[in-house]
Amino acid sequence: MRAYWELAVTGYRRYATYRGATFAGLFTNTVFGLMKGYILLAVVAGRSRAGGYDAADTLTYVWLVQALLMVAYLWGWNDLAVRIMSGDIVVDLGRPLDLQGAWLAGDLGRAGYHTLFRGLPPFLFAELLFGLRLPADPVLWLAFPVSVVLAAVVSFSIRFVVNLCAFWLLDYRGILNVASLLWTFLCGSVVPLAFLPDGPRAVIEALPFAAMLQVPIDVFLGKHRGLGLIGALAFQAAWALALLGLGRLVLAAGVRRMVVQGG
Amino acid sequence: MAEPVATLETYAHLVAASIRSRAQYRLSFALDFVATFVGALSEFLGILVLFHHLPVLGGWSLPEVAFLYGVADVSFALTDMLVGHLDGFGDLIRTGTFDVLLLRPHGSLFQVIASELAVRRLGRVGQAAAVLGFALATAHVVWTPAKVAYLLLTFASGTAIYAGIWIAGASISFWTTEIREVVNAFTYGGSYLASYPINLFGVWLRRFLAFVVPAAFVAYYPCVLILGRADPVAGLPWLGVLSPLVAVATLAAGRLAWQVGVRRYRSTGS
Repeated sequence: MRAYWELAVTGYRRYATYRGATFAGLFTNTVFGLMKGYILLAVVAGRSRAGGYDAADTLTYVWLVQALLMVAYLWGWNDLAVRIMSGDIVVDLGRPLDLQGAWLAGDLGRAGYHTLFRGLPPFLFAELLFGLRLPADPVLWLAFPVSVVLAAVVSFSIRFVVNLCAFWLLDYRGILNVASLLWTFLCGSVVPLAFLPDGPRAVIEALPFAAMLQVPIDVFLGKHRGLGLIGALAFQAAWALALLGLGRLVLAAGVRRMVVQGG
Repeated sequence: MAEPVATLETYAHLVAASIRSRAQYRLSFALDFVATFVGALSEFLGILVLFHHLPVLGGWSLPEVAFLYGVADVSFALTDMLVGHLDGFGDLIRTGTFDVLLLRPHGSLFQVIASELAVRRLGRVGQAAAVLGFALATAHVVWTPAKVAYLLLTFASGTAIYAGIWIAGASISFWTTEIREVVNAFTYGGSYLASYPINLFGVWLRRFLAFVVPAAFVAYYPCVLILGRADPVAGLPWLGVLSPLVAVATLAAGRLAWQVGVRRYRSTGS
């Protein structure tokens, strides 16, 4: 267990090294949040609510998206695929650790860093500037962090599976790009999934991508209460387990067909 | 750059070589094409979702917003294809590779730009053109030869404005490579802003991103002119006439930033 903890700390430190990059990311993230806020507020300005979201919900949604984007790490994670391509994955497989568990630990450390330094600042900025909707119910303050951790695990497990395609495809970049652009919309980062027409909404809300971003946001906004709240967390947990399981199967299949070229 | 024809020939050579090298990975090439098409589509899908709840956005109907979005995105997609690889320019500085460019008998900016033509990003141009086609079919615009010519000029101006922003942004790498993501707020952020009626945005945000970074001249003012709309932002609906001038100025500013950067450039060493 100690080893996994150390891996998580390393994952955290790896990103903490680049202070300038963090600052630059925060700036860009905040500019986009401002623009997105104006656009989405236009939707609820004319009428009192859309898809159950009022103006305060909508504004809070925008800044929660900006806060959680890097936690869910929607774009650009190809670390595992790179190691598979280069063959370094062999070194990872040789370690006395569970490969998936080790990568998960490192990624959770990274998510922790991004929560503190990419998530909190834009959210606090918007809270001070506009005043956002904070949960009144203490239960939500407990449920939200749980939901964010589950979202990070679901996000990792999806990225893990997609990265594994590098075992089969010489050039994995295309697949990674298509996949990440697909879930950018499906996770609810472009518009709240609640804004969608009923039919597509029901389908998309049942997919695992909703568990990466939309679910924790709706938990924060108090859209799930009582049994519904437990259901929302269970939905995330179920997808996390299913996808982690899928990842193990795909990894085993990949390792079986892997050829190590010795020197 | 004294001989424009020779320069163009060199550009064609370099670009052809870059396309050949990319085409080695066929599946990836095809998937990238699909990705850029689908990815860009998801943004427009977002706009469609907004119109599921609204009759007009900032006073603009769906065909009008689609027109605005299409015009902005065609320009952006063309720029992305031509100079989008400037995003990776910081790596040339960090690794010292830039030194090599300074030894060759061509301008360094020219060489960096000519090093790639991202044909895989044609998917995005295709998507933008599709949205524009939808808008042209549904928006009621009385087309005259002058308006058609102006629209084509608008694509050129928009592409030049984005390119100027992009070049200026890449020039930051001459000073620091770590904060380069700030540039995204102006390149991708400018494109995001340009795709919506800018009267939606708060006063100071719109002033800054629309006039300091002249994103409003990419699509908003040209569309106001073509659609014959009023301008609630500055009350100057004819401002679109200035787009080509703004484009030249932006490109010149980008070039100037680059030249100043090259002058102060100190290699990272061996």
